[in-house]
Amino acid sequence: MLEVKDLVVNYGGIQAVKDVSFRVNTGEVVALIGANGAGKSTILKTISGLLRPRSGTILYEDKNIVGMAAAKIVKMGISQVPEGRHIFAGLTVSENLQMGAFGLKDKQAASDQLAVVYDRFPVLKERLNQDAATLSGGEQQMLAMGRALMARPKLLLLDEPSMGLSPIFIQEIFDIITKINEQGTTVLLIEQNAKQALAIANRGYVLASGTVKLTGTGAELLANPAVQATYLGVQPAT
Amino acid sequence: MQTMMQQMINGLSLGSIYALLALGYTMVYGIIKLINFAHGDIYMLGAFWGYYAINYLHFGFVGALLSAMVMASLSGVLIEYLAYRPLRNSPRIAALITAIGVSFFLENGMSFLFGANARNFPQVITTKTYYFFGVGISNVQLLILFTSLVLMVLLQFIIKQTTMGKAMRAVAVDPQAAQLVGINPDHVISFTFALGSALAGAAGVMIGLYYNSIDPLMGMVPGIKAFVAAVVGGIGSVPGAAVGGFLIGLLETGVQAIGLSAYKDAAVYLVLILMLVVLPAGLFGKRQREKV
Ligand SMILES: Nc1ncnc2c1ncn2[C@@H]1O[C@H](COP(=O)(O)OP(=O)(O)O)[C@@H](O)[C@H]1O
Ligand SMILES: [Mg+2]
Repeated sequence: MLEVKDLVVNYGGIQAVKDVSFRVNTGEVVALIGANGAGKSTILKTISGLLRPRSGTILYEDKNIVGMAAAKIVKMGISQVPEGRHIFAGLTVSENLQMGAFGLKDKQAASDQLAVVYDRFPVLKERLNQDAATLSGGEQQMLAMGRALMARPKLLLLDEPSMGLSPIFIQEIFDIITKINEQGTTVLLIEQNAKQALAIANRGYVLASGTVKLTGTGAELLANPAVQATYLGVQPAT
Repeated sequence: MQTMMQQMINGLSLGSIYALLALGYTMVYGIIKLINFAHGDIYMLGAFWGYYAINYLHFGFVGALLSAMVMASLSGVLIEYLAYRPLRNSPRIAALITAIGVSFFLENGMSFLFGANARNFPQVITTKTYYFFGVGISNVQLLILFTSLVLMVLLQFIIKQTTMGKAMRAVAVDPQAAQLVGINPDHVISFTFALGSALAGAAGVMIGLYYNSIDPLMGMVPGIKAFVAAVVGGIGSVPGAAVGGFLIGLLETGVQAIGLSAYKDAAVYLVLILMLVVLPAGLFGKRQREKV
């Protein structure tokens, strides 16, 4: 579904992503893990069209989407839940969700999808007329996910959805991601919370200083001693 | 008491003009953080369009008002497209200086094309003054108040209820997230300039009727005062701009009423300075709550 090839992304003179390649097959959950500053968010922003790569291609359903406008990419079926949630403060919960469907011309489809999202996140329905800024962190994360789902994406990009949440919410968010995937949405998940991300992922890639260091199935990476030592906080056996 | 009431009415009439102008400043600032110094000149363009539409196309008040709104909208959108959009990713100061340049260009361009002298605005409506307990209110004042209120309610409706209005607010709070939901910020910015400029165009026609005189530099001082009104209300806040406009109008006529006509402009600038010192966020502005 998505194939990223030889991606290089710079910020001015700084190279944040150096020659990264990976793929996401239809129906999968793929995790990109790596420490802070590894270049994960930069990759997602480039896929979504917020950043232009220095070089490389991003094939989505066999079309190169590099250089396309962000709005066009959303219309093609890629939605992103950005790091830090970025819900629209000052807009109500329901207005936020409505904005999620901005690109949907079909009003019926938008209202059907709204029902799906409220069903998935009942707490949003309870708060529909509340200013989104007044939601708790976990609720804001749900709103950000619901907003992204409003566009009925085929591929959902999630940037650190568990960041800053209490353990109980983290578990809930991972359960929801699994359910979203089971209902047919392909997921590319970025996490520092490597353990839980790899546990729900079909495959994963380990990123460090802007390059892919390791790849394998979720289970393989979880069992890999190098991954355990660096990302899972497991002490190597002596 | 009568004089006070009289000044109230005059102040509110003038204030509604400032309010219409201030709304444009505040909306544009809200969305691209630009103080559009050329905004007062859009109001001048609206007044000139009204002048020609009435004199040569024989439009009535409503026709002149609506067509001036359309023409002002188009001018505003064009200015944004040609002058500000290429600087979208430049430092803010570059756009600010460009805005001042656009303002000079419009003022001097109009002086060159149509002459710098003031001209009488055609009085499509014969002024009649009604007296209640010795307080006079003219039909033109009533029309200004009524039209301004209708436009403000309409604006509020657009911003609160329509998809484009919600997209405006979304782009204003978080342009990147707006892009991630499929909003094209350029479209929303054009829409914002169109709305703000339409209000300025309407204000231009109404001030023409009220003061009976227009000239290419007529936008300068009201432009600055409306900017002050926007700051008083809290720049970026739509209700703030409306309230700020009325307050500045009342202040100006109030200062005149106590015999200090010569200082009416100075009083407005004093308010700006005081406001920036005491309450920089304005009456309705958000206190510093920058996200990290
Ligand atoms: N807007 C920016 N300007 C300059 N450098 C940036 C910017 N955003 C991120 N970087 C740098 O790019 C690198 C990768 O950042 P990022 O993609 O955010 O990493 P991650 O999401 O993996 O934590 C880091 O070194 C970071 O400092
Ligand atoms: Mg990141």
